[in-house]
Amino acid sequence: MTYLRIEHLTCGYGTRPVLADFSLDLDQGDYLAVVGPNGSGKSTLVRAIARTLAPTAGRILLNDTDIARMPARERAAVIAVVAQDEPWDFDFTVAEMVLLGRLPHLQRFRSETVRDHSVVRQAMAQTHTLHLAERPVTGLSGGERQRVRVARALAQEPSLLILDEPTAHLDIAHQVELLDLTRRLNREQGLTILAVLHDLNLAAQYAHRLLMLKDGRRFAEGRPGDTVTEESVRAVYGSRVQVMLHPEEQSPHVILLSGDGQG
Amino acid sequence: MRAHRGRVVLVIAALVLLATLLLAAGIGAVRIPVGEGLRILLSHLPGAHLARTWPEPHETILWQIRLPRVVLGALVGMALSVAGGAYQGLFKNPLADPYVLGVSGGAAVGGALAIAFLDRMHLKTLGPVPLLAFAGGLLAVTVVYRLASVGRRVTVVALLLAGVAVGSLMISLVSLILVITRPLERDIIIFWLMGGLSGANWTKVGWMLPYLAAGLAALLCYGRELNALLMGEETAAHLGVDVERLKRMILIVGSLLTAGAVAFSGAIGFVGLIVPHMVRLLVGPDHRLMLPVSALVGATVLVAADTAARSAFGATEVPVGLVMALAGGPFFLWLLRLKLKAAAGA
Repeated sequence: MTYLRIEHLTCGYGTRPVLADFSLDLDQGDYLAVVGPNGSGKSTLVRAIARTLAPTAGRILLNDTDIARMPARERAAVIAVVAQDEPWDFDFTVAEMVLLGRLPHLQRFRSETVRDHSVVRQAMAQTHTLHLAERPVTGLSGGERQRVRVARALAQEPSLLILDEPTAHLDIAHQVELLDLTRRLNREQGLTILAVLHDLNLAAQYAHRLLMLKDGRRFAEGRPGDTVTEESVRAVYGSRVQVMLHPEEQSPHVILLSGDGQG
Repeated sequence: MRAHRGRVVLVIAALVLLATLLLAAGIGAVRIPVGEGLRILLSHLPGAHLARTWPEPHETILWQIRLPRVVLGALVGMALSVAGGAYQGLFKNPLADPYVLGVSGGAAVGGALAIAFLDRMHLKTLGPVPLLAFAGGLLAVTVVYRLASVGRRVTVVALLLAGVAVGSLMISLVSLILVITRPLERDIIIFWLMGGLSGANWTKVGWMLPYLAAGLAALLCYGRELNALLMGEETAAHLGVDVERLKRMILIVGSLLTAGAVAFSGAIGFVGLIVPHMVRLLVGPDHRLMLPVSALVGATVLVAADTAARSAFGATEVPVGLVMALAGGPFFLWLLRLKLKAAAGA
């Protein structure tokens, strides 16, 4: 069943659209990775779904409801976004930070209930951040920050989780840890996931489906094995690569070849 | 836990404010002991019948002169501190104070115009000075807001820049008024600009009280959203905050609070800058706690400063704005050093 439907979306900054006449269907429980070179429209797509950018044409339907018609609060109770980075200059504790994720569910004059706190604790347990609860967020490492941000998104109790390059700035151990977490959430809780990923190999390894963007248009979409090919990578990125098979996951694995080398 | 500690701080801050109010009302050329002051106060409660055991002039001094002044000072301190705290959150800029959007400049022009051309004797009642100052402050902030917004979106950095520019323009206008006005009015304007509470009376308190209560309540309601805004506008939007509406709301309420305070007391500096900083160090950045504690501490600080202003320099009364600047400047620098050292891990 189609859960998120993007219809003929045109979206961008100023007069030049980044995404032009773009359509996409996402089923409930799907895990879609969006890949493509810089400036291909990945982040614009995220911002359009999160409504931090209004489209100039087209619409986005969530369960057949136009998200432009949903109040911000209602939208945030369904869609959670982990954006690329955010300034943490104020020393909230980790627990306070994750509790902010309850905002879309809280009435203005009510204080948090027992249930709100238990949702927060569960989100922290899932992201292995419980032991950080009383620490100030300003003192966290990059990996810890990212896990706290995911915890806050989970505290929103979304049915769609959007991640915009969640593994940027993380070392390889933390990259795998974070993506393992998203896979568990997808498999065990049926959370629908749309992740913009820079790393083709990680995208192919974790997502059910890949969407490859080039210049604001869909270049390829489908199972990782069908989309990540030597031809598609050359066409989209202009890079010379060899595609192998991942030994455990059986997903395509891209080996970069030197641009100067003999082909 | 921080939340528990916060409640304790809130109660302590309220008690300190209460004690400061009582002590301040007793201090002055005529010293009124706290016990006597309390009894005079109680006798004014509806339904209370206390035998008069105090000299009648004491009652007049306390009830007609000192008390309205102390209470007005507290209200002004509250308004400025809460507006400053909310602005620092909104602008994510620790240098933001209630005057950053040109309210004080606009109010200064309004007040100076009123003193120079309309009124020079009626400063004590709710004459043209507070009204024009209030209008001038709101006019300036409206211009700043219009300059910084395109369509329904307002850019925070543009607000700051426009605020600085409009503020300087207003200051030159005030200078112009000072140059062309007569010496007597000029003196009154200069004194008024420094910020003071000497014209306080119950009428002004009556105007300020409901106004401040409404503004405070409105800002406190948005504490959670303001917290989210500290993580950036985009994150706040992801968390379900209608960011543009929130910004408008904070700007309008903050401007009204500031303009109201300036209308009655002139532009008293530093309270709205220092108090939120101090309180953040004490209770953390959560606006739901930081704003109410700032209100209480701001009231205490301003009442204490005003008491010093009217009693520490002998028979001469110094404008409280001057006392705040003299004491607040060095204090702010000390806080800054403290933070720098903490950040450097020394």
